[in-house]
Amino acid sequence: MDLNFNGTDLCAINGTRSAPEARYDLVVVGAGPSGIAAAVAGAKAGQSVLLVDENPISGALMGNDTPLYFGGRMTTATQNSDRMLEAIFMSMPELEAAMEAGVELLLGTTAWGVYRNGPGVQSLPDQVVGLADRDRSWMVGFDKIVIATGARDLAIAFPGWNQPGVMGAAALTMLLTRYDAFAGRRLLVLGSHDLALETALLALEKGLEVAALVEVRDAPQGSAALVDKLKAAGVAIHCGQSIKATKGGLDGVEGATLTDGTEFTCDTICVAIGLVPSIELVDAMHGPRTLNAQRGGYIPAGEPNVEAVGICAGLPDTGFDHVAYRMDWVRAALKTNAPDTIICQCEEVTLADLIGVQPPHYLDRPAAIQARSLNTLLQDGPANPDQIKRLTRSGMGVCQGRRCRDQVAMLLAIESDKPFGTIPLATHRAPVRPLPLKILAEWDEPAAMDAAWDVWFGIPTQWVPVEDIGTPQEDAHREMLYTGMYK
Amino acid sequence: MSGSEVIIVGGGVTGLSAGWWLARSGVKVTVLDKFIVGWEASGRNGGGASHYSSPLFDEEQRMWPQMDELLGYPTEHQKGRILIAMTERQWEQYRFIAERHTRLNHPVELLDVKQVQEAVPLAGDNCFGGVHYKFGGHANPQRTVQAYAWALQDLGGKIVQHSPVVGFETAGGKVTAVKTANATYGCDAVVVAAGPQIPQLMAQLGVDVPLAAARAEMIITEPAPMMPLGGVDGHKIYGRQTLRGNLAYGGGPHEWLDVDATGPAARPSTPLARNLAKRLAELLPKAAHLNVIRSWAGVIENSPDGRPIIDRLTSPDNVVVASMSSVGFGLSPASGHAIRDLVIDGKCSFADIDILKLSRFDGLEKDWREKRGWMPIA
Repeated sequence: MDLNFNGTDLCAINGTRSAPEARYDLVVVGAGPSGIAAAVAGAKAGQSVLLVDENPISGALMGNDTPLYFGGRMTTATQNSDRMLEAIFMSMPELEAAMEAGVELLLGTTAWGVYRNGPGVQSLPDQVVGLADRDRSWMVGFDKIVIATGARDLAIAFPGWNQPGVMGAAALTMLLTRYDAFAGRRLLVLGSHDLALETALLALEKGLEVAALVEVRDAPQGSAALVDKLKAAGVAIHCGQSIKATKGGLDGVEGATLTDGTEFTCDTICVAIGLVPSIELVDAMHGPRTLNAQRGGYIPAGEPNVEAVGICAGLPDTGFDHVAYRMDWVRAALKTNAPDTIICQCEEVTLADLIGVQPPHYLDRPAAIQARSLNTLLQDGPANPDQIKRLTRSGMGVCQGRRCRDQVAMLLAIESDKPFGTIPLATHRAPVRPLPLKILAEWDEPAAMDAAWDVWFGIPTQWVPVEDIGTPQEDAHREMLYTGMYK
Repeated sequence: MSGSEVIIVGGGVTGLSAGWWLARSGVKVTVLDKFIVGWEASGRNGGGASHYSSPLFDEEQRMWPQMDELLGYPTEHQKGRILIAMTERQWEQYRFIAERHTRLNHPVELLDVKQVQEAVPLAGDNCFGGVHYKFGGHANPQRTVQAYAWALQDLGGKIVQHSPVVGFETAGGKVTAVKTANATYGCDAVVVAAGPQIPQLMAQLGVDVPLAAARAEMIITEPAPMMPLGGVDGHKIYGRQTLRGNLAYGGGPHEWLDVDATGPAARPSTPLARNLAKRLAELLPKAAHLNVIRSWAGVIENSPDGRPIIDRLTSPDNVVVASMSSVGFGLSPASGHAIRDLVIDGKCSFADIDILKLSRFDGLEKDWREKRGWMPIA
């Protein structure tokens, strides 16, 4: 049977994708103050505007420290999504004003990917953003998208950080101010820059106890006024210190010991050493990004149709070098952390395994692989976190690297004796939120997609057993397994 | 050829395996890669190792169970596969495949729904049945490419990363050196295993290698409980349960691309992840609640008939060209052996691979890509 080429590959992607379910002049992701402002401005200019916000976050996502580092310290109230929806709406009076201005608002709706044609892909019918709520996912087209996803917590490893009660400042602030659902009572706060000071003051204002602040540098880092306010409230800042040990029980953190031996009783350790602009969506779409130490690390470089606003575009520049500050924390942790300190919680990758570039524990480690390390890998070229990730599994887990991506990049920079930023950041991939198969699935896909679907390329000659080539079996193979192609 | 220098252009799985086989024979090997070993399709595929349609099949099956020990590094190789039918038509097709295996003496067993669920507890009772391959298997592509690279280094071979090849020096009908931007590597023989960049490289030697590149995609879930059989295909998707428990799956329509001499410009994944998710949730309904945590894409090349090209040229006569035509990972233990044989002996010692010769495309029409519809979207 000869192949009859007709200029058409029935199994190519061409023309098989669904059109977006809806289209807007402007889609805004994130209903914080900056996102709302952008949405309202668009609506007032006569644009059709969709504003989405992933809050209220499901309890399951929170449990995976997504999108913020909740550390298991949310109350069971967060399991009640209707109550949370109300709490979110009540906490943001601006939302009602935005709706009155004509903005279409979807809460509990996450934006998990932005796609457009460009290098390597020309088959998309439109530039689209993937959305999902607790029932389904769908695609929405846009002329312009504004990313106002805020910033997430920078986590760092210390002994016992992988237990409930170790959480981030952004997550704590979210639970205190928008969800009213924080389950802790007494906090130890890491950091003394404005983020830490403001977080501690907020905790006090909400009636919580703050055991102390811990600062790795020799002096408090934040504004003098905030430092004074905290001191007036009777909260001490322990400088030149980091966490040497933690005590824990069934419910997680019960206390911590500083490097100088000072002990504290607390049920929560709030990591408030820095926020990282949430660039996942921009990075996953291969949008340009740049490193800006004064604005919190990697930030979107910006482009006309994909605009980042608010602290997603970078923290306010106060001249403070956030990257140098974080690196000080990581260097201090390297002095106190034992080799078996977990760095990647999802995949249980230890510090020794990361720096030793060792495989996970379910694999054998023959002598040859034990002799390998970051140092031997560096002889082949600069460290690349994506390569380290493949070998060690750090960052490969269900939190999608939220807890370890930044510290792995810092550790690799320190261990390869290179400035931070010369080591690339491990890439973000869509979906930038963990999404169940049944939610991500396009259940109502176009018939054209199914018609084009083959397990591989659909080339009729590709899988004919070599013994059968040129025999009637080849024709039978083609007849049974390839319907229509080049007939 | 002991003591001679072989340069391998391309540190993908095929080039690395060839380098490892050559190094095992005492040949001095240098692998040049444009970026990091296994960065392109070799580290982005489904990890399947059951290519019964290939003349290299027997060697693939012989080698895989030994690879961890021979390389000295883990590949996560697991034996066996199962093909699960989700429609009546698929069940008809898969039984046809099973009959073919029986005819070719490949051990297979037809499984009923209950047996399928015993082997694959994430499968539902909505399937029609399964075909259990008692051969073949799967491995971890990323771990395997690094295992080849490290094993090659352990045998004295060199890996030079971040060094795209820009050209060749020739004299007396042979390639005498391979050039990168910063260095020139003298050689006695060359293996060009540079995937989609093969046509551009070989054109410099006046050799036309017809290949077209395309993008394909995969998704991966969070870990599921380990199943007795992790190599689960069917419902027109392919993939595996990793030893960590994640479900990694691909399949579906591809997008043809133009790739220039520097390689793929980007490897974007697309909303095709949703169509993959649909089929995986149908194939393994008890996994439908699992979170998808990543998607990715890779760029692979195909020859006009979809079969590999593994050939030693007549002019220059010290060049072996190797493209596995989008199916390279699983066959790599065997393709490397074949390439080693061609470099050292001029002939494959363990299989008749004449069908993989480049000369089968002599007289191929110039517009073969257009005729097949293998053109990028304008």
